[in-house]
Amino acid sequence: MDAGADSTMAGFLELAAQNILSPVVLFFVLGVAAALARSDLSIPEAIAKTLALYLMMSIGFKGGVEVAKTGLTAQMLKTGAAGIVLSFLIPVLGFHLLRLVSRLPAVDAAAVAAHYGSISIVTFVAATEALRGQGFTFEGHLVAVAAIMETPAILSALVLARRYAPSAADAREPIGPLLREIGLNGSVVMLLGSFAIGWITGPKGLEPVAPFLVDLFRGVLCLFLLDMGLVAGRGMRAGWKDLSAATLGFAIAMPVVSALLAAALVPLTGLSAGGAAIFVTLAASASYIAVPAAMRIALPEARPSIYLTLSLGITFPFNLAFGIPLYQALAAFTVR
Amino acid sequence: MVDMHPKKRVEIVVEAPALHRLTDALDRAGVTGYTIVPALAGRGRGGSWSGEGLAGDAGRMVIVVSIVDAARADAVVSGVYAVLARQIGVVSVSDVAVIRADHF
Repeated sequence: MDAGADSTMAGFLELAAQNILSPVVLFFVLGVAAALARSDLSIPEAIAKTLALYLMMSIGFKGGVEVAKTGLTAQMLKTGAAGIVLSFLIPVLGFHLLRLVSRLPAVDAAAVAAHYGSISIVTFVAATEALRGQGFTFEGHLVAVAAIMETPAILSALVLARRYAPSAADAREPIGPLLREIGLNGSVVMLLGSFAIGWITGPKGLEPVAPFLVDLFRGVLCLFLLDMGLVAGRGMRAGWKDLSAATLGFAIAMPVVSALLAAALVPLTGLSAGGAAIFVTLAASASYIAVPAAMRIALPEARPSIYLTLSLGITFPFNLAFGIPLYQALAAFTVR
Repeated sequence: MVDMHPKKRVEIVVEAPALHRLTDALDRAGVTGYTIVPALAGRGRGGSWSGEGLAGDAGRMVIVVSIVDAARADAVVSGVYAVLARQIGVVSVSDVAVIRADHF
């Protein structure tokens, strides 16, 4: 190994160590450990929903304020377009990869693929926190890019299911109402609505609400990650029996494949190093809030024990601990 | 003694993402009312489940209770089944007595 490769590897390991030992990741680990040990530690459903709404409100608002400073730019449109392309494309790739390496029925593979094409807003937040901790800045409009990357993957998965599992995907079921339900999902409305309010009111609007939306953010994020850990740990306990080595391997490999695809598109977007790292992380993340609910309506025969365990139980912790520094290192190559 | 009138109680335990479709089906079937309550946790054919800590609707279950006139019960259950045939849930119908017959 040459000196350049050595220093790159050392840099990556340092980033990974910093990331793993952050309070956000450690609270997630605490949640998983408590659930696996069958502790009675739990967060009530209403509190979990409130925490999620708070996070959407905070990151949406802050993203909007950043856009208010720069105005609408061509870079935003290019990044949005790249995000939409990825969200359509990743499920197709994921579906065929999963069918190639595992014996999962087509309906399960399509549902899993939808999760990997869509995004995880909490992974996005964890990446932004990791970058801020290292002094990086990133483009505020990536919040809106995250929101528009939620839905196209669901469409791709439905097309795949109708083609490869026609008995499970009812072609008579109109897609319009489903898309409306997904588009008006509470978390999407909160994220985009707060983004719009932040954009309209700008830095002056943020000032009086900053003690709530900015100062409390990291503490609330830790509490939410504890909750995510508890839910993931419970899911691992219950869903383990439905998973094979191939599907587990997919949950680690697919985010890396998606990250490579996103990295290839970064030069077209003109994003900064921080922005590129966030964009690549978004592509590599897998949904576990919006898409599972959509799949229960669109593909009810698909098993939640498979898609939720893979996205929340395997890919989310992988991204949190190792993926984020890996994607940051990958993105650094694309903006050199 | 207050006069009691026989009616049918339709109870539907259903996954939360399908709730709006279910209530739309009940409205179409002409039921005069229903009550929705959250379910905390349970166990079914797929194993145990719990709503604790869930930030989204997937994995959450709710219970919808509606009292209907016996003459309308079949139509209501058929409408419900058409919507929920592929969803996770349980539909049951039982005999109950109510005080105000004209409400159902």
